[in-house]
Amino acid sequence: MKNVLQRTVPEGFKAFAGSNAYKNFKRRTIAEKHTGKGFISLKSVSDMFDKLGIKDGMTLSFHHHLRNGDFVLNMVAEEIKRRGLKNMKLAPSSIFPNNKILVELIENGNVTDIYTDYANGPVAEAISKGKLKGLCVMHTHGGRPLAIESGDLHIDVAILAVPAVDKEGNGTGTAGNSACGSLGYAVSDLKYADKVVLVTDTIIDKAENPQLEGKYVDYVLKVDAIGDPSGIVSGTTKITKDPVGLKIARDAAKLLDELGMIKDGLSMQTGAGGTSLAVAYYVREFMLEKGIKGSFASGGITGYFTDMLEEGLFDELYDVQCFDLKAVQSIGKNKAHHAMSGSRYANPYDDNVVDKLDFVILGATEIDLDFNVNVTTDSHGTIMGGSGGHSDTAHGAKITVITTNLVKSRLPIIKEKVTTITTPGEDVDVLVTERGIAVNPRRKDLLEKLQGSKLPIVPIEQLLETAHKITGVPEKPEFSDKPVGVVVYRDGTVIDTIYKVR
Amino acid sequence: MKRGIAGSLESNDALITVKESDKLEITIKSVVYDFFHKQIEKTIRDTLSELGIDKISVVCEDKGALDFTVRARLITAVKRMEASK
Repeated sequence: MKNVLQRTVPEGFKAFAGSNAYKNFKRRTIAEKHTGKGFISLKSVSDMFDKLGIKDGMTLSFHHHLRNGDFVLNMVAEEIKRRGLKNMKLAPSSIFPNNKILVELIENGNVTDIYTDYANGPVAEAISKGKLKGLCVMHTHGGRPLAIESGDLHIDVAILAVPAVDKEGNGTGTAGNSACGSLGYAVSDLKYADKVVLVTDTIIDKAENPQLEGKYVDYVLKVDAIGDPSGIVSGTTKITKDPVGLKIARDAAKLLDELGMIKDGLSMQTGAGGTSLAVAYYVREFMLEKGIKGSFASGGITGYFTDMLEEGLFDELYDVQCFDLKAVQSIGKNKAHHAMSGSRYANPYDDNVVDKLDFVILGATEIDLDFNVNVTTDSHGTIMGGSGGHSDTAHGAKITVITTNLVKSRLPIIKEKVTTITTPGEDVDVLVTERGIAVNPRRKDLLEKLQGSKLPIVPIEQLLETAHKITGVPEKPEFSDKPVGVVVYRDGTVIDTIYKVR
Repeated sequence: MKRGIAGSLESNDALITVKESDKLEITIKSVVYDFFHKQIEKTIRDTLSELGIDKISVVCEDKGALDFTVRARLITAVKRMEASK
């Protein structure tokens, strides 16, 4: 079966029918699972497996707030391996290079199915090589909460790393050695998993304003350390120093200004890549120069945004995940810096934040002549990322701007067709590169506003031609026809299939 | 045996090593092999024929260099080979 973008949909999955198709369906939710009777303390990971009866074929879920410093998923993986459990299904909200122990579990059939929003490193490569028995199902950050609350992704046990837990089982990310700030991606797992275990290294008397409510918690396991704080903070949250990246960012900010988006009450989000953050820097310059005050910024929050909050440039920050230490500190002290759940952030059926965004700045591994964007695989088809909130914010924001170099290591970023579609072109409005800016022809309103602009606005086909003049026309690599994964759009439909690499 | 090296293994560059040989041997390793190995080979062959060389061993370790970079690195590697003892 093919979907509306002419991409193949494997049997048993629903086909993507456009980014607004979810409006034709009603929200379905299973009942929240309160315990209502306090929690039981566990002695060890092994004790957890015994008490909860964790056995072959179960689905265990995790969040990725400790990023590349997480110990908890790996502890559970070790125990699965030690016990020789089979056919386990894992649902971590993201997979990082430090989770490489999963490769062995995948090869040995301990783990046969994976549900995640993002995968990078050895596990992603193993999946691309076809080692996983089942398909890797890749959700978006907004689609994952929807899959969980609807019961489509049923979780037997949610095993949630929490930096600090109080005596009533309330969990917070703002205290403890591995403080990571917001725990937004854990909230749906907490509410809807059959059983919930909080794993922590810090017990406190009372959590102020806890993001994870104790009434949902069945068990608490105290361990020596849930993570390595140095691996929690991402390496990408610095403004680029590359002059090409800075030019792209400056042009993107100028473009937003010409489109009248830099105005009182503006709301925005950027990715955490160096060029995206540089756009925030230039937007800030415009705001200071013109005395403009925005309403909110959202997303994975970085120190650049907490600075802007403290400077009074935004009224509020909505934070699903803190990207750096400054953001972690800010969320603990600034009342206007709110933690939000993944559902509140981007679930299409929730009163979500992405729908209120004026503009979002995002990256792309590839973009094609229809403005479809790939951030899931590289050009060889190997998984190296995933939507995260890419397609959620692209759909919600009034204007979606992609910033990228036209060419990276000889590869033109513009393709006739992207290798894998993550975000549909109908939700992508502008592409800003160092050699020119292309506006999606669907956005006649934007093209009209930009008439007479001094910015180098050209058709995307011309940018492709420019890229090919620089690099030569790349040959088309051959792909196998064996699926290893599916890219699930935020509404639960399949927007593309990921194939085994040769 | 005479040998010449030019370039680097930085992104967007290529490291080219040439050696005297009694036949033409071209080896290409590239991060964009699937997309550009034919073009890289063509650039190497064209540059060699401009230099009037038909017997040489060329190893190109490419990190996404554009054609003019490959060409420049090759010419320099050949000059260095010829200057070596």
